[in-house]
Amino acid sequence: MASLSENRPATLSNDEILRYSRHLIMPEVGMDGQLKLKQAKVLCVGAGGLGSPLALYLAAAGVGTLGIVDFDVVDYTNLQRQIIHGTADVGRKKLDSAADTLNEINPNVEVRKFDTRLNSANALELFREFDIIADGTDNFPTRYLVNDACVLTGKPNVYGSIFRFEGQASVFATKDGPCYRCLYPEPPPPGLVPSCAEGGVLGILPGLVGVIQATETIKLILGSGEPLIGRLLLIDALAMRFRELKLRKSQDCPVCGTHPTVSELIDYNQFCGIRGEEAAALSTVRDMTVEELKQRLDRGDDLYVLDVREPHEYQICNLGGQLIPLNDLPKRVSELDSTREIVVHCKMGGRSAKAVDFLKQSGFTRVHNLAGGITAWAERIDPKVPKY
Amino acid sequence: MSIKILIPTPLRPFTGKQPTVEVAGQTVGEALSNLVTQHPDLRRHLFAEDGKLRSFVNVYLNDDDVRYLAKEATPAKDTDTITIVPSVAGGA
Repeated sequence: MASLSENRPATLSNDEILRYSRHLIMPEVGMDGQLKLKQAKVLCVGAGGLGSPLALYLAAAGVGTLGIVDFDVVDYTNLQRQIIHGTADVGRKKLDSAADTLNEINPNVEVRKFDTRLNSANALELFREFDIIADGTDNFPTRYLVNDACVLTGKPNVYGSIFRFEGQASVFATKDGPCYRCLYPEPPPPGLVPSCAEGGVLGILPGLVGVIQATETIKLILGSGEPLIGRLLLIDALAMRFRELKLRKSQDCPVCGTHPTVSELIDYNQFCGIRGEEAAALSTVRDMTVEELKQRLDRGDDLYVLDVREPHEYQICNLGGQLIPLNDLPKRVSELDSTREIVVHCKMGGRSAKAVDFLKQSGFTRVHNLAGGITAWAERIDPKVPKY
Repeated sequence: MSIKILIPTPLRPFTGKQPTVEVAGQTVGEALSNLVTQHPDLRRHLFAEDGKLRSFVNVYLNDDDVRYLAKEATPAKDTDTITIVPSVAGGA
């Protein structure tokens, strides 16, 4: 149960009573419940896919203080799913765009903007100002950071995550319940699980999961229902199946176990094995720039262009290369002539770097990774090629 | 004897896109071993070099984490379902 802050007047105006009528006429909420919502302070980490529906519904429900942490700018490709932002917001800071929408929906909510990247230096102090933290981030280091900071400050972590068309939801870091590290003591190595930009995501999915997070947040504030403490909800949107797995607090958990070893926030990028920028440069092979490729093709050089994207991506745009999707490469490597000079590309350079590593290990010596992929080609060589 | 293993999305490229795979096995360990025999590309995503299950992957027998049962020695029956639950971080 979240501790409630006491510094708001414990009343509802007539205007608010009318606004929240549909809450008030239910005994499960009533005036008491609505006042709890008004006095609650929730921090939404991220105003993107998950953060959008989460913040929208919390504002509509009358959560008194909503903190938003996001340093990013609205991008055109966000509009497919980050429904708190509109077309006119492209190029604006997500924080400003989100705050405007939330104020429009419910002017009674105090929206506090935090224009910063959440990190080990600021997380603890920030979290202390709120009752509940809702995690709407999109990368492993931040998820571990949010988790650890929640345990260390004693705030519940309303968790949701998505991948393509599957999602997960739970409530971590309550006193007797598990934390994220109880479930996943270690993150996967970088590059193993693609981001939404690389793997794609069904636009509705963060909507589904984000509203589940909003629901859990409201339940925690009201002290009603059965929150997802000790339960991992698995959502398969394509099959429309919901499953639940049992989670336990791990006695050995370094953060919330009986003998915790983590008493302060660490370097989470290091923890997740990321050195500097998560690189398309996991390979040691010299990259080829798109300018160089253009020059050499124009010159008539004998270059074999290998495209390791998926067939549906090839349909969007292509450089006329031979298509062998990355996962099929081991089976189809015999189709390639190792005496020829091969340039490998994908969308942004990540998958092609892996392909180049694989080819090198298979004995190919004349292979190059096209730095930045077909996206860089579209940006710097041929603007007629669509970006996606 | 056929145990159903549910394959999460991030791992489906390594099972030829199948969302479920049926395998034989008396224990969870045997079932997983048969799974990676049938789909060798899956092995490095589930198991580390030393043969241990990777710690960012959880395995459930029905709705219980096998870590709290008998791990790989957990007995499995025909009607059981094994779910592989990897960590995912997407949210943007």
